[in-house]
Amino acid sequence: MNYEPVIGLEVHVQLKTESKIFCGCPAKFGAGPNTQTCPVCLGLPGTLPVLNKKVLEYGVKTALALNCSIQPFIKFDRKNYFYPDLPKNYQISQYDLPLSYKGYIDINTDGSIRRIGITRLHLEEDAGKLLHEGSDAASSYVDFNRTGIPLLEIVSEPDINSPQEAYEYLTSLKAILKYLDISDCDMEKGSLRCDANISIRPKGEKKLGTKTELKNMNSFKAVRSALEFELIRQTKAKENNLKITQETLLWDEKMQKTITMRTKEEAHDYRYFPEPDLVPFVIEEKDILSIKNNLPELPRQKYSRLLASYELSEYEANILTSDKNLAEYFEIGAQIYKNYKNLTNWMLGAFLSELNNRKIAPENSPVAARDLINLLKITDEGKINNLTAKAVLTEMFNSGKSADVIIKDKNLAQISDKGMLSKIIDETIKENPSPVSDYKNGKENALMFIMGQAMKKAKGKANPKIINELLKERMKNA
Amino acid sequence: MAISKEQVNYTANLARIELTEDELNILSRHLDDIIKFIDKLKDIDIKEVAPCSHVIPIRNVFREDKAHKSLDVKDALQNAPAKENNFFKVPKVIE
Repeated sequence: MNYEPVIGLEVHVQLKTESKIFCGCPAKFGAGPNTQTCPVCLGLPGTLPVLNKKVLEYGVKTALALNCSIQPFIKFDRKNYFYPDLPKNYQISQYDLPLSYKGYIDINTDGSIRRIGITRLHLEEDAGKLLHEGSDAASSYVDFNRTGIPLLEIVSEPDINSPQEAYEYLTSLKAILKYLDISDCDMEKGSLRCDANISIRPKGEKKLGTKTELKNMNSFKAVRSALEFELIRQTKAKENNLKITQETLLWDEKMQKTITMRTKEEAHDYRYFPEPDLVPFVIEEKDILSIKNNLPELPRQKYSRLLASYELSEYEANILTSDKNLAEYFEIGAQIYKNYKNLTNWMLGAFLSELNNRKIAPENSPVAARDLINLLKITDEGKINNLTAKAVLTEMFNSGKSADVIIKDKNLAQISDKGMLSKIIDETIKENPSPVSDYKNGKENALMFIMGQAMKKAKGKANPKIINELLKERMKNA
Repeated sequence: MAISKEQVNYTANLARIELTEDELNILSRHLDDIIKFIDKLKDIDIKEVAPCSHVIPIRNVFREDKAHKSLDVKDALQNAPAKENNFFKVPKVIE
């Protein structure tokens, strides 16, 4: 029988605010353990939480970008459970009146657009961080710096039909969040986290199967791998008439498999009730409108605009707009350099690979857009050839110097002088008698070899077009 | 509706309270009375009453997104029953 997976994703995003959601402790990542706490986020008796205005604003902004409806009247609720990462023994979250609901993201799969529904988006506080490795094997260690960092929880509908679609959904969601500039979205630092629910059912069947929840994936690729593994595991179980139990599974990145999390038998019973320490919030239509009017251009819009304005292929526009700062870099360049095709080739080729090799984000590139354009113009003028230009770009990344300075210092300017190039060819022919006779005996390939030798003699600086012409001419007459 | 001992035990477990057999018996009776008392609310007609989310009629209380100084680590940890290297130390929660 053919089975199809039904996948829903739950994403937690830490908001990029200066202070925590309900107190004024800094929300910065990486401080020493327990240096960013206060009586409110430590849950000491007698303290009162007060909502950070920016958190609501960022929440509304994100909800609108994800096409959600905003709830006009919202409140916070207590989610009760005992765990050492939670100093109050409850988490302030939202239950029946979440910030927003019923949105969607359009994702691109195999060239067609699929619409993935978003069930809800709500605000809550993050919990503390537990470390399990320390001097004492019988202990865990708690850092409450993360307690109270503002979180958005974004829950998708079970609309996702393959692990690859889950990957595309996450990539699109992250791009939108980055464009909005509301989160760092750094999975390694935990500012974006994703849990997945997956079940399978016979193709065409409406009823949902028993789902499992997958946790502990540290990258979008890990989410995809975990879902692929779980899809196969569940399909095999079904084919062998084994029961699939509803449970939480941890993804083991090293072993590339899911493992059962030791859980207590009892089901979760969070006993939500309205948080009495926080008053409700009314979100006015005019405030929603003002945030809506100030939304930045979003990935899909930028994609369509770039596609139409710069003669790009869909593939090129997709990569350029996958990162807001990469797209901005391109547009700064395109303002002063009209050969868009060449600019795109350079950006998606050499430029991106220089960035990736150094693990640098486009906005931190040591080579500014106008410096790259300068290099392209020098190359277009024939001062250096393409190969040299790539080496110059590497040197620009390494030293931060401009292309002009590097070409001058390293004497890289291309040799186009025919007299000089003729001399080089004469020497090369003299030094390579057997390839020369090979060529004359009809081995076309030998010409490439001789050409390479000549180029080497010129230290890579020979104008390839001119040297090719000269060589062919000389071989004809030789 | 009578409150069973199992229900009392379940609730006690959620609150991490351990009860003796005697306490269980007393509490299931007490809880039963409390629930019956609260059940009286069901007799009231609330068709015209808006749901109450909060008892104080105030809305939209915010603070600006400004960071203040946090507690000194020493102070943050001063009430911790166990600590090590500026961490709160707790019994291991995973195996």
